[in-house]
Amino acid sequence: MAAGLALASLGGVAGHAAQPASTPTNTPAAAPAPQAAAAPGGVSNTAPTTSAATPTANPSSPELAMDGAPAMTAKPMIGQPTDGLFGLQPQVTKNGQFAHWMHNSILVPTITIISLFVLALLFWVSFRYRKARNPVASKTSHNTFIEIIWTLAPVVILVLIAVPSIGLLQAQFKPAPSGAVTLKAIGNQWYWTYQYPDNGGFEITANMLKEKGEVAAGERARVDADGPKLLATDNRIVLPVGVPIRLITTSNDVIHSWAVPAFWIKLDAIPGRLNETSFTIDKPGLYFGQCSELCGARHGYMPIAVEAVPPAEYAAWVRAKGGTMPTPGKASDKVIPQPGADGSAAKVEEAAETANATGPVENVTTAAPATTQGATSNPAGAGNAGL
Amino acid sequence: MTDIALHPSAFVSHEAHDHHHDTDHKPGFFARWFMSTNHKDIGTLYLIFAIVAGIIGGSVSGLMRAELAHPGIQYLQGWASMLHGGSASLDESLHLWNVLITAHGLIMVFFMVMPAMVGGFGNWFVPIMIGAPDMAFPRMNNVSFWLLIPAFTLLLASPFFGGAGNGWTLYAPLSTYGEPGPSTDMAILALHLAGASSILGAINFITTIFNMRAPGMTLHKMPLFVWSMLVTAFLLLLALPVLAAAITMLLTDRNFGTTFFDPAGGGDPVLYQHLFWFFGHPEVYIMILPGFGIVSQIISTFSRKPVFGYLGMAYAMVAIGVVGFVVWAHHMFTTGLSVNTKMYFTAATMVIAVPTGIKIFSWIATMWGGSLTFKTPMVWSIGFIFMFTVGGVTGVVLANGGIDDYMQDTYYVVAHFHYVLSLGAVFSLFAGFYYWFPKMSGKMYNEFLGQLHFWVFFIGVNVMFFPMHFLGLQGMPRRIPDYTPEYEHWNTVASVGYMIMGAGMAVFFVNLIWSMIAGKPAGDNPWGDGATTLEWTISSPPPYHQFETLPKID
Repeated sequence: MAAGLALASLGGVAGHAAQPASTPTNTPAAAPAPQAAAAPGGVSNTAPTTSAATPTANPSSPELAMDGAPAMTAKPMIGQPTDGLFGLQPQVTKNGQFAHWMHNSILVPTITIISLFVLALLFWVSFRYRKARNPVASKTSHNTFIEIIWTLAPVVILVLIAVPSIGLLQAQFKPAPSGAVTLKAIGNQWYWTYQYPDNGGFEITANMLKEKGEVAAGERARVDADGPKLLATDNRIVLPVGVPIRLITTSNDVIHSWAVPAFWIKLDAIPGRLNETSFTIDKPGLYFGQCSELCGARHGYMPIAVEAVPPAEYAAWVRAKGGTMPTPGKASDKVIPQPGADGSAAKVEEAAETANATGPVENVTTAAPATTQGATSNPAGAGNAGL
Repeated sequence: MTDIALHPSAFVSHEAHDHHHDTDHKPGFFARWFMSTNHKDIGTLYLIFAIVAGIIGGSVSGLMRAELAHPGIQYLQGWASMLHGGSASLDESLHLWNVLITAHGLIMVFFMVMPAMVGGFGNWFVPIMIGAPDMAFPRMNNVSFWLLIPAFTLLLASPFFGGAGNGWTLYAPLSTYGEPGPSTDMAILALHLAGASSILGAINFITTIFNMRAPGMTLHKMPLFVWSMLVTAFLLLLALPVLAAAITMLLTDRNFGTTFFDPAGGGDPVLYQHLFWFFGHPEVYIMILPGFGIVSQIISTFSRKPVFGYLGMAYAMVAIGVVGFVVWAHHMFTTGLSVNTKMYFTAATMVIAVPTGIKIFSWIATMWGGSLTFKTPMVWSIGFIFMFTVGGVTGVVLANGGIDDYMQDTYYVVAHFHYVLSLGAVFSLFAGFYYWFPKMSGKMYNEFLGQLHFWVFFIGVNVMFFPMHFLGLQGMPRRIPDYTPEYEHWNTVASVGYMIMGAGMAVFFVNLIWSMIAGKPAGDNPWGDGATTLEWTISSPPPYHQFETLPKID
């Protein structure tokens, strides 16, 4: 999906440095003026504008834009809540799809039928056995047969539910294979830090982006391309699609819980303990979640934003962060293709410049990203155009 | 337990009360209400206490629904400023939110539902239903009640010392090194006192039920309400000491440098959750089992039929009580349990649906073939059956450990437990209140207002809580004061539901006041020949001491 920029409406976002958003086109590298004129955003994430509509956009290379700037915008209804809906969020992991199916095709029909059955019985007995129609009550108080029936029928129903349920648990507990990418999510009051131990151990800190009126001068505010209010983070974490992810959670203070509904993942982050689970993201995209264990005053303000990209882009992003990809011979080289095969010089330059513009703006990764490294491995055409 | 005949018999009641041979000789006001040893007066005190606590806890939820009606922080900052007597910072405002959710949970569980069910209706009707003159330990009964007063005072005072914002579960380490200041200690001590009160009450009920049944009142003839109180008392007796231990460890972790739950000292935060939910899950049944008992009495009375499958009903409650002790970790599915543990707790949790199903179907079978009248208590009971079913089936969804990874700590869980508590336990409380109000006060409530109360309340709570399922399915976490605008629609609907429910409660209080002042005399048994338990054989209100001559049960 093309990331959009709308500038005119956002002239008022002066006072903080611009967060350039990339477009899939190779717009020449306009000066990444960090001031108001270039402030991005204002674009509804459900209706991204095209690059043609934003001639003065700041282009940037995709992997750098991914860090902090809304290179990738969320698709409607995917990876985020949608107002007024009744059902689950669409799932982008295999286990999530299995669970989604089990919920929608087994559990919801079963519980709906049972509830309506009980309701119908209540209506029927209230109608049929009301005093006006049945003045003399029967004295029946036992019927062994029917009591056995209504004991056994629920047992059968529960067994039928338990079979896929146990299967789901087995699938969820399948350990991550070798070659998985490890993501370590560390809860803090009230933000997440992430480490990529398989990729050189660099660290990302993700704070919630505040709204325009709430930030101090010079501080970055959320724009719509960042994601929904209270869900957008200053630094998104990037994960490869199609590659198993080993998620490890822990905490530096109280208990938090790392949860992304679109992955069907929720795992408590507990001090003194490493919890582990794994999942594989099927589709590139932007997925939001929130801390899901009460952790103090700003519990509602520590969102999770995951950008899932093709492995090549992931590798580029890792390098931009100063991380390393596992060397050939190690397990993960089979599943994570090396990036950068067809990078173009133009994009390399853009990347470098934008990186310089965005780098100092926000609390970026603590493992100082080497921007040039990221630029050299910029995969061509990787914008977000096909995502 | 049907067709109980009352015979004057040669048995003479308690010698202790022999100076009250004039049954309506009551002590003076202070001695009667502050030094009471009378189970009915203590029951009345409990009910008044529970109504007061319900008003406070319900008002707190009103604050919460007001704040959540729309995205953004609307009122918290103003409320926090009022509380602190100066302008409050954003963090103080957000902390106030956590104080509110904590207060709402603790008040409703420990100071509304439990006192009303066990202390109120249990005290009032267990002795009468088994043909006993009073509880086994009347003074201890009084201690049970009066322990609640300092407990509630501590809890209500805690917001003025910073406020306990840990959630009613008081999870460590948020409740240990996560929150300094005296407020959390005050909340913990409040729970200690309320827990001690409940343990004393439980001992009293068990002793009373085992030792003070009238001649002929065998265990298998006891009304189901008494059975439900017996099972509840055992749950209280076995579960609350575990809570007391857990929160005592919290106290020592907080104040005396122990590290039960601090990994830095070799402790384990998850241990607290195991201990808490070892208490917490039976607690859920402590809140609902008396409701089962109340509804069983009412359905039978207004169907003019004995309860269908009496033994099945009684032992279903025993089974729920027993199994309720071995399912606790389904509250902890996301804490990193092993796969086998999760499978076990998934299966064990589902098992509870079986005895629960037996109860639902037995109630319907009791109505089947009956001669039904739809007086207010009956309407509330039928509402209870359906709403409890809805809450029960979402419990089956949540029982699946793999599914729960999505639902855990979302509004789906909030919807689930409000369906079993706000629409289950509370419906049964109202059913019991309307059912026994004529007996307790001697006056009839207003039937029209009672029916109106039901329908307005029924619509209100459903409009409030059903959309929470949708919010949960869309992923909205619990316990957040503000949400992304995409959750606005159903939150607004839920807040409208609160207002409807509030209107229903206004009808209740109008009815209550009207009935106390102008209610028609109820007579010994306003419910007709379907009401067969012993309380309907004595006057309304009952004499100050009933059964000075024990009844004999055929």
